[in-house]
Amino acid sequence: MSSHRRDLAFAALTLALFLAVTFVFPGFAAPRNLAGLLDDTAILIMLALGQMLVILVRGIDLSIAANLALCGMIAAVFDRAWPGMGAGPVLALTLVCGGALGAFNGLLVWKLRLPPIVVTLGTMSIFRGAIYLLSKGAWVNENEMSRGFLAFPRIEFLGLTLLSWLALAVAAVFVIAMRRSRVARDLYAAGGNPEAANYLGIDAGRMQFIAYTICGAIAGVCGYLWVARFAVAYTDIALGFELSVIAACLIGGVAIAGGVGSAVGVVLGCLFIGIIRSSLPLVGISAFWQMFINGVVILVAVLLSARQREFKRTILEVRA
Amino acid sequence: MEHLLLTLTDIRKSFGGVRALERASLDLARGAVTALIGENGAGKSTLVKILSGIYQPDGGEIRFDGAAVRIADPQAARALGIGVVHQECLAFDNLSVAENLFVNCQPARRGLVNWGAMRAQATAVLRDLDADFDADLPAGRLSIAQKHVMQIARALAHESRVLIFDEPTASLSQRECVELFRIVRKLRDAGCALLFISHKFEEIFALADRYAVFRDGVSVSAGNVSDVTGDALIRLMVGRPVDQLFPKIETTAGAELLRVERLSRAGEFEDISFALRGGEILGIYGLVGAGRTELAQVLFGINAADSGNITSKADIALVPEDRQTQGSILPFSIAANIALPNLATLAPRGWCRSHDEAKLARHWIERLAIKAQGPAQPVHNLSGGNQQKVVIAKWLARRPGVLILDEPTKGIDVAAKAAVHAVTSEFARDGGGVLMISSDLPEILGMSDRVLVMRRGCLRGEFIRGQATSENLLRAASDA
Repeated sequence: MSSHRRDLAFAALTLALFLAVTFVFPGFAAPRNLAGLLDDTAILIMLALGQMLVILVRGIDLSIAANLALCGMIAAVFDRAWPGMGAGPVLALTLVCGGALGAFNGLLVWKLRLPPIVVTLGTMSIFRGAIYLLSKGAWVNENEMSRGFLAFPRIEFLGLTLLSWLALAVAAVFVIAMRRSRVARDLYAAGGNPEAANYLGIDAGRMQFIAYTICGAIAGVCGYLWVARFAVAYTDIALGFELSVIAACLIGGVAIAGGVGSAVGVVLGCLFIGIIRSSLPLVGISAFWQMFINGVVILVAVLLSARQREFKRTILEVRA
Repeated sequence: MEHLLLTLTDIRKSFGGVRALERASLDLARGAVTALIGENGAGKSTLVKILSGIYQPDGGEIRFDGAAVRIADPQAARALGIGVVHQECLAFDNLSVAENLFVNCQPARRGLVNWGAMRAQATAVLRDLDADFDADLPAGRLSIAQKHVMQIARALAHESRVLIFDEPTASLSQRECVELFRIVRKLRDAGCALLFISHKFEEIFALADRYAVFRDGVSVSAGNVSDVTGDALIRLMVGRPVDQLFPKIETTAGAELLRVERLSRAGEFEDISFALRGGEILGIYGLVGAGRTELAQVLFGINAADSGNITSKADIALVPEDRQTQGSILPFSIAANIALPNLATLAPRGWCRSHDEAKLARHWIERLAIKAQGPAQPVHNLSGGNQQKVVIAKWLARRPGVLILDEPTKGIDVAAKAAVHAVTSEFARDGGGVLMISSDLPEILGMSDRVLVMRRGCLRGEFIRGQATSENLLRAASDA
């Protein structure tokens, strides 16, 4: 597929950005700093890979950050009620809860054929509202969380946090699965041309359901990781983060119209955002510029891929 | 013909390598209905699009009221007074009828839409046509027949003097047709020049004053309808030799592979029965909208039948009508497209091996002479003919027993056509059964061992090879 070449070009661009920043601030390339960069970007990477699945099948998940926040609160409340059970049960719980929330989105899109943007705009509010109901508006603070709960994402192993390792593992699974698994092939087919997919016996709606469910499960687990990492849970955590996640996908070359995108591209998109985010303070530019730059990058990325499609579109007028 | 309003002389138009029009000429007189007749692919729709400013001709001359004109875009067509009533009823369903009539040219006062004037003008035009619906109704609430009337009203609201009807009766009931004809005659008597495109001879003889016949983009004949018979028109439409485009291999029919009994699906087709044997190419001929594609979709399992039986002793594969929207995943590579229906064998444990996929793709690229850089080339930058070969390859790779081809050579060049026909013949020679749906008469005649003709969802005839001729197929397919 032609996304290889795009990924390669984008990797070169990301590397160039990295080298430019390193040239000005040699300390940027220090292993410690890079590990921090990865740790900061880890949750974005996982979420963006989930979001990629949804966008590939012509959907979008605006509720991804709200799902994360709700599952984060569920994790925090669970830990407060049964402290000291370690990370395992919390991971399993958030995986299931997040998956269920995602499946709910998927069912609405699949069975009721509602437009994905409307469905997830609605569930975004519902999930946020549910956090409020669950927590009664109160915060769950660090002193109410058990040590094992807080420690899990921060455990260091070979210089990287467990959070970073987790993101790397998820990325590796995605890179391989998106290229080699039949399920991924079906996802690409359903997103690339739902009607032709139907002729092959692939139910595009079912593929959307699967994508939403996986995306939700990832968001759920990230909810726990987020809460543990920042040691606080409240209604508004990760507010607006869904837009960063979607931005990472678009920068990484996922076509908003579906059917096109690669896991490598999305990971690079996240790293690109991460590098900009962590280098701007070094240059002494306010964080608001980061939004500005992200916006410009998105527009340029979309413009480039639109051009590419324009060029490819064979004018095939059938006479009749 | 002193009262000619619009004349086209030697119009040419090609798309890529495909010639749609070549020396096409047409005269439209004031106060007359001219019928444009031709097979599917004769270039009628291309001509309509040129007249409505959507396509630009590659050559030739258009004169309007004696002066040479260029119809640069749809606005220019409207300014000249050329209006089109499209077969597929182009309407903005969420806007009112009045808004539909004045899309893009609303009556305005000081730069703001003058709703009162718009409604008044719309109502006046609708009253002129004796329309049975109100200008304030949303267009989405109209029936197809009413939408046709709305399109006519739109043309009249723009003071059109030339009106083109592109197969307007294809989806109308008998009563609605009568109503439409009344309006057409009224417009004719008011001095409009009318172009009427239809496959239905009864309509042509009832309505038209003059006729023009197109064949393969060339105008072959024109004259007064009163001087001609239906049989003569059919001969004019199809009169061409069937050449070596059809490498038919003689086979002996083997065992029965597929049996269809009294198959019906409401609104699409009814009471279809036939059997298909191994080694046989069974052609299904009919006009667009006869229910052939819908039948194929039921046989393949896309839709379910309402009643009837399908007994199949073999795997069925379907090469659908539209290779771009139904047949292939355009962003996918050739290899990935061919692999898609074959993943059960290529990737039995859920993991794809690109090496095996590329090998399979290379086999079919060679076998069907697909012109491509290699298995990794995305299908969207292949030519139409090569895209079609990929779609055929992906299904043949499954080794089906029955192959359904729906318009297998629509819009592809002659070389690719011959290649598709060759692989079809070889498939039948190797014992497969082929169901070939086509509106291309030479293709049907050249390839089929037997031909079924469908009209309006029903079987209207069966002809064995040798009996089937252009004339009797066309007669069975149209309402002549």
